[in-house]
Amino acid sequence: MTDQAAVEARNAARHYGSGQSVVKALDDVSLTIRKGEFFTLLGPSGCGKTTLLRLIAGFETPTSGQILLSGQDITDIPPNKRKVNTVFQSYALFPHLSVAANIAFGLEMLGRPKAETAARVEEMLALVRLDQMADRKPAMLSGGQQQRVALARALAPGPEVLLLDEPLSALDLKLRKEMQLELKRLQTETGITFVFVTHDQEEALTMSDRIGVMRAGKLQQVGGPREIYNGPVNRFVADFIGETNFLTGTLEAGRVRLPSGEMLDVPEATGQGEVTLAIRPEQIRIDPEGALEARLTQTVYFGTDTHCHLQLKDGTEIVARLQSPPSGDVGLSIGETLRLSPVPGSVQVLEGD
Amino acid sequence: MALSQSARNGWLLSAPALILLAVGAAGPLLIVVIYSFLTPGDFSGVEWTFTTEAWFRVFFERDIFDDTVSAADAHLTIFWRSLKLSLLTTLATFVVGFPMAWFIATQPPNRRAAWLFLITIPFWTNLLIRTFAILEIIRNQGLLNSFLLWLGVINDPLQILYTDTAVLIGMAYVYLPLMVLPLFAAIDRFDFKLIEAGYDLYASRWQVLRRIVVPIVRPGIVAGSILVFVPSLGAYVTPRILGGGKNMMLGNFIELQFGQGRNWPLGAALSMLLLVIVLTALLAYVRVTSSEGRQNV
Amino acid sequence: MSRRDFNIAAMPGFATIAIAAFVLLYMPIVTMVIYSFNASDSVALWGGFSLRWYAIAWENDFVKEATVRSLVLAASAAVIASALATLAALGTTRRKRFKGQTFIYVMINQPLMVPEIVTAVALLIFFAAIKKATGYTGLGYLILAHSAFCVPFAYLPIRARLEGMDLTLERAAADLYATPFQTFRRITLPLMAPGIAAGAMLSFVISLDDVIITEFVKSAGQDTLPTYMLGQLRRAVTPEVNAISTALLVLTVLMLTAFFLLTRKRG
Repeated sequence: MTDQAAVEARNAARHYGSGQSVVKALDDVSLTIRKGEFFTLLGPSGCGKTTLLRLIAGFETPTSGQILLSGQDITDIPPNKRKVNTVFQSYALFPHLSVAANIAFGLEMLGRPKAETAARVEEMLALVRLDQMADRKPAMLSGGQQQRVALARALAPGPEVLLLDEPLSALDLKLRKEMQLELKRLQTETGITFVFVTHDQEEALTMSDRIGVMRAGKLQQVGGPREIYNGPVNRFVADFIGETNFLTGTLEAGRVRLPSGEMLDVPEATGQGEVTLAIRPEQIRIDPEGALEARLTQTVYFGTDTHCHLQLKDGTEIVARLQSPPSGDVGLSIGETLRLSPVPGSVQVLEGD
Repeated sequence: MALSQSARNGWLLSAPALILLAVGAAGPLLIVVIYSFLTPGDFSGVEWTFTTEAWFRVFFERDIFDDTVSAADAHLTIFWRSLKLSLLTTLATFVVGFPMAWFIATQPPNRRAAWLFLITIPFWTNLLIRTFAILEIIRNQGLLNSFLLWLGVINDPLQILYTDTAVLIGMAYVYLPLMVLPLFAAIDRFDFKLIEAGYDLYASRWQVLRRIVVPIVRPGIVAGSILVFVPSLGAYVTPRILGGGKNMMLGNFIELQFGQGRNWPLGAALSMLLLVIVLTALLAYVRVTSSEGRQNV
Repeated sequence: MSRRDFNIAAMPGFATIAIAAFVLLYMPIVTMVIYSFNASDSVALWGGFSLRWYAIAWENDFVKEATVRSLVLAASAAVIASALATLAALGTTRRKRFKGQTFIYVMINQPLMVPEIVTAVALLIFFAAIKKATGYTGLGYLILAHSAFCVPFAYLPIRARLEGMDLTLERAAADLYATPFQTFRRITLPLMAPGIAAGAMLSFVISLDDVIITEFVKSAGQDTLPTYMLGQLRRAVTPEVNAISTALLVLTVLMLTAFFLLTRKRG
């Protein structure tokens, strides 16, 4: 990974319709994706992540702003002249062509010599472990195999950037986990910049070098998985990525006063006034010395973890995730009153909504 | 083996239609086969004497003076003209019909139905009326010649009517909707994501068309070609009105045998020949589409 | 700022060819309609608007007779074909595939596969023999022939309608104590009605349009409107044919519009 830009969006906007009924699918987004990184665009459906991907691929043109590839403005370059390739959500494999012919397609269109194309196809088949399937038609393959063909086909021409549009969404859970590792391996082996679109936060966290979280056509936060998970900039990001408990209170010189009157130490917070605090369930400890008093209302056993549903004195419902002991029983009884404290440094002070 | 009650009801309910079709369409075809092996009657009809003469005369002729046998050139010319005009009609309707079908299929859904309706109206309009309408356009005093004369491109009216060109124009005109409708159906089912994939993989527009679209909508192309080729080969009304008496096609030649020709067995043999060609084409179509169905599913 | 998307569906020249083809497709028909209102004797020169040729056609006894015959024939064929096609559709849909079903399909669709001239020749031979044997030369032959080739056109929309119908409705009727006949009469038939009407209309149009089979099967003096026109065209083209064609065209378009409204998917 280098600091050179592979893809840049400069004030890119994409509007549909006009006048009163204009829909801003992408609203003034600026973003730099670095060469060789695995970058994920994450957000709920309709957040503009796929639109941004299609702007990079060239299937749509920004209403305003620019798209750059390796520093060159490609905004007006048609998709068949851009050195980016796409793995489509539905794979879009050519049903009348064999696996090998699908993979060779891009190279043929580029007019590469036959021998070179053949060798490259072999290489790609080996890379995605489909050597035995070269002559099959796509319809004769399983979903996972089709996925690999789509990958091989997009990688074969050696694009500067590979775009992946929710490619794992059609696979079942087990296969999806397998393909996540596979994708990560392919990205590392080829060193190609991957731009991956998903609505699945877990997928984003496990695979990405960096994540861009989007909402309603705007980029909310860009950063590494740990940074995004542990330091969400707003309530939306905190809520969308992982589970989070939100508490509201008033900030008073490094401490937050909760509605119940309890005081919580938040040394990293500065300023004053109303704030929202985000605390991850796994960062809450049962601690006889803890600042918060809560009543246990329910426990849900999840194998490795047990989720404890608790009610604070002011009525706020929160969840604490405790590691299950070998016996499986956390040894708490419903209705019991406990004292809690967040792990030091784990409380996030959020701005906005 | 006893039929299940469901099958028996199925047969009973279908029986009236089957009887009607047996009497009013399919059954008489068998009589045609028999007639093709009989001797022509003196004025019309047949004598009930078995002979293969009619079939012989389809392809050969015997000199009345010295009994030497030679190929029936007049017949072969008509066969060749029918085949040539039918193939050209198929080609012409494809060249024009494919862009039309594409155009309709890529219209916004709310406008698509209206365009389809525009194609459907001529499709259901009387063939005779449409042929007559074309006649009005291409005749010597027709719109086309008047327009060309007015432009000064020509000094004398072009003699288009009563030529093979007129028959070709007329057949392409009347059979065009038969090409467009199945092509539209095929393109409408086509997954346009595949075109995106093609452009994503550096294909030009022409390459996308030739390498991705055409192979995938091929069943529609074959269906449209069959739907145009089959009635073209058996065309009767259009060549009769636009081709005049001399430029006969197979259909007119068959009719001639039952009229002035007074050779019913020859007419019967020619009809069967036409039927065999058409059924062969249909069978080939079924083969092609079912084998492709297997490949792509 | 307005930028255009790269339109993946656009192909160079396609829209131009398509629009030009649509214009060429309608130009002859439109020309014919316009000239049917021509006051002049000539088919080429425009002499002002007039209904003269409609009046002439209307007063022509041959045209009147042929029109009545065409309509009677089309109506008979439509009724017979749609009735038999309804039974056949009930027999071949919504039940387990049975032996011979393919044969039934092939038989029903046979008129679509055999060139019309071949069927015409076959019927000519067959009916000539019957005419000779029985001496009967009435309209029955034409009604029989037209009904037969209309069956597939009636069958297709009826079958499509039946296949789209929910079987549970009939089970519900049976559950509510309806006898099989009551179920058919009160549930199945009303639900099928639009399909049957559509099939009858298509049959009507197809019968009204037929030239070749009618030309071969008709006895002397049994001209229908299309065969009358064909005979006229063989001699000289008069604007009267324009008027008849236009009237026939209007009738066809009206039937088709009704057909489309009937088969349009609702809800």
